[in-house]
Amino acid sequence: MATFAYASLTEKSWYYLHRLICGAVLLFLIAPILVIIPLSFNSAPFFTYPMPGLSLRWYHEFFLTDSWQRALYNSIFVAVLVTLLSTVLGTLAALGLSRPNFPWRAAVMSLLISPMIVPVVITAVAVYFFYANIGLLNSYTGLILAHTMGATPFVVIAVTATLMGFDHSLSRAAAGLGAPPITVFFKVILPLILPGMVSGALFAFLASFDEVVIALFVASPEQRTLPMVMFSGLREQYSPTIIAAASVLMLFSILVLTTIELLRRRSERLRGIT
Amino acid sequence: MATVAVQVAGGSDGIPLRLKLQRVEHRRTLGAFTLVLPVVLFVLIAFVWPIGRMMFNAIHDDTLLTLMPRTTSALSAWDGKDLPNEGAYAALVEDLKQSWAQKTTGVIAKRINYELPGAGGQLTFSARKVSTVSAGSYKAALIEVNPLWGQHDIWSVLKRGHSAYTGYYLLRSIDYQYGAEGQIVASPPQNAIFRDVFLRTFGISLGVTAATLLLGFPVAYLLATLPARTSNLLMIMVVLPFWTSALVRTAAWGVLLQDHGVINDVLIGLHIISRPAELIFNRVGTVVAMTHIQLPFTLLPIYSVMKTISPSYVRAARSLGAGPFYAFWKVYFPQTLPGVAAGCLLTFILCLGYYITPALVGGPADQMVSYFVAHYTNEDLNWGMASALGAILLAATLLLYYVYNKLVGVDRLKMG
Repeated sequence: MATFAYASLTEKSWYYLHRLICGAVLLFLIAPILVIIPLSFNSAPFFTYPMPGLSLRWYHEFFLTDSWQRALYNSIFVAVLVTLLSTVLGTLAALGLSRPNFPWRAAVMSLLISPMIVPVVITAVAVYFFYANIGLLNSYTGLILAHTMGATPFVVIAVTATLMGFDHSLSRAAAGLGAPPITVFFKVILPLILPGMVSGALFAFLASFDEVVIALFVASPEQRTLPMVMFSGLREQYSPTIIAAASVLMLFSILVLTTIELLRRRSERLRGIT
Repeated sequence: MATVAVQVAGGSDGIPLRLKLQRVEHRRTLGAFTLVLPVVLFVLIAFVWPIGRMMFNAIHDDTLLTLMPRTTSALSAWDGKDLPNEGAYAALVEDLKQSWAQKTTGVIAKRINYELPGAGGQLTFSARKVSTVSAGSYKAALIEVNPLWGQHDIWSVLKRGHSAYTGYYLLRSIDYQYGAEGQIVASPPQNAIFRDVFLRTFGISLGVTAATLLLGFPVAYLLATLPARTSNLLMIMVVLPFWTSALVRTAAWGVLLQDHGVINDVLIGLHIISRPAELIFNRVGTVVAMTHIQLPFTLLPIYSVMKTISPSYVRAARSLGAGPFYAFWKVYFPQTLPGVAAGCLLTFILCLGYYITPALVGGPADQMVSYFVAHYTNEDLNWGMASALGAILLAATLLLYYVYNKLVGVDRLKMG
């Protein structure tokens, strides 16, 4: 709604007030990122502007200290395996759910999404007791399985969204031309749902990489992940190294998000939606 | 056409086409099931079952039944009026002796302490002395050892221990407990904290939901009405924080809100305040950080509904003589309601379970239910209480999730 020539003064002032409010809200949304990333280059261990000088010492500490290193390695290790597992499981489920006439579709879907909705502390405590019983507590396997549970819904949602616009006559045509189901999947279905799978996989990676509550309950110091180290650090005192770590995580998220967005645009272009 | 084909053709192998089609359909459904089965099994085993077990712990507690079998069974015949008879005291002596030998007295004492604070210590004391009690009048001897055994409440607790199921934890969670006669009474003020905790959780969630709606609605409107290029660019500003972890953003708010943090510096620099305002480790910090984290969850559903509203409705209203505000309020706003409901409901559901953010930027008086669930699990090791509080929180969440499913449909859940 642009300002019309015939708009009254009140309308015009409302128009500008609205813009002003929106500007303030967008600033509120972006402020933490804008403020934190520069502060991580502060040469002094304070969190205020103006900064006395720029330095990479906190990044140095983050990338070269043993404990941070180990946590980073653990986080990546767990997140990569979680991504593989949840992408396979989630894609299979999405393929099954998108078949026409799947019975109880809504019920199964809400069951699969529920790990995103149930308060994470409840999941964490429940899994903690469960693991204590079956001996998975303080193990990589346990942590990976617990994170996979939280990450799979993201893959299911992303792949299901891609399959919404999927033309089933394509796979029928392939089958009609004599391709066995496996060939149909790899030659026809997979290339079409790949963008959805990749963005689901990236979401799953982030979900595991950023997860802290379940990790706090089921992981031992040996499996300490990056968010666990950050959380315990934040409970004690805000240190500049934590801010550097937070900045690295933010930049990483920005990278992943950009990739997802580019993928989405590409697939929309290929399918001729835009 | 299909029915004609069935009647005429019949198939080359003698099986009617209708049956063949049915079989194919059947096989396809089975195939779809096979694809979904691994995830469903995984979720059932690694998610639903553990949560079910935990909820069961909220009402199931067989500590007294298994560790004091003789006493609890002797008390099952007790009418609960006067002190129990000699037989019950004899059983108690046996149980205490056994528990002392097997080193389970501590577990019993802890369980007793939940319902009768302080009685656990007296029980341990009696268990240590019980070897000196010889046959004869157990009743008098035990009361001699410790006056606890002459009191009615302890016997009441032990009698309730005869059942492996107890309502104690759930009652405590809503500030009730069992009285001396086994009746339900209000908890004493020093224990009655949980109704406050639930109200606080509810209040913070409601406040954050309202804040996200107030801030998100104008932005959603702007994004939905701007040309695609500009709105895509601004959308990045909304989605970017959405995909940064809640922990990182909470840390960022911790830095911003500190006494000597950026916000206080700016406010002092602008001469709005003269000394640092307390913005962190209190309700302000909690609500600000939570609003920031939840804002995209409220905004995005409203935006996607607004995208589908045709501008011709408002134009028609205007041309029919409605003023700008009347047209907005009577014509535009009602059409956004599905989005508003979806966004607010989702934010409210997610707010109920917040743990990290209040723990890091809130004070002791801002902790929500999740904090107490974690606290009882990690520090008090009172798993019955953790389960009971969790059960109530879960019930509220699932109820709202059901409403969300009916209202919005889980398919509409989108990310970014």
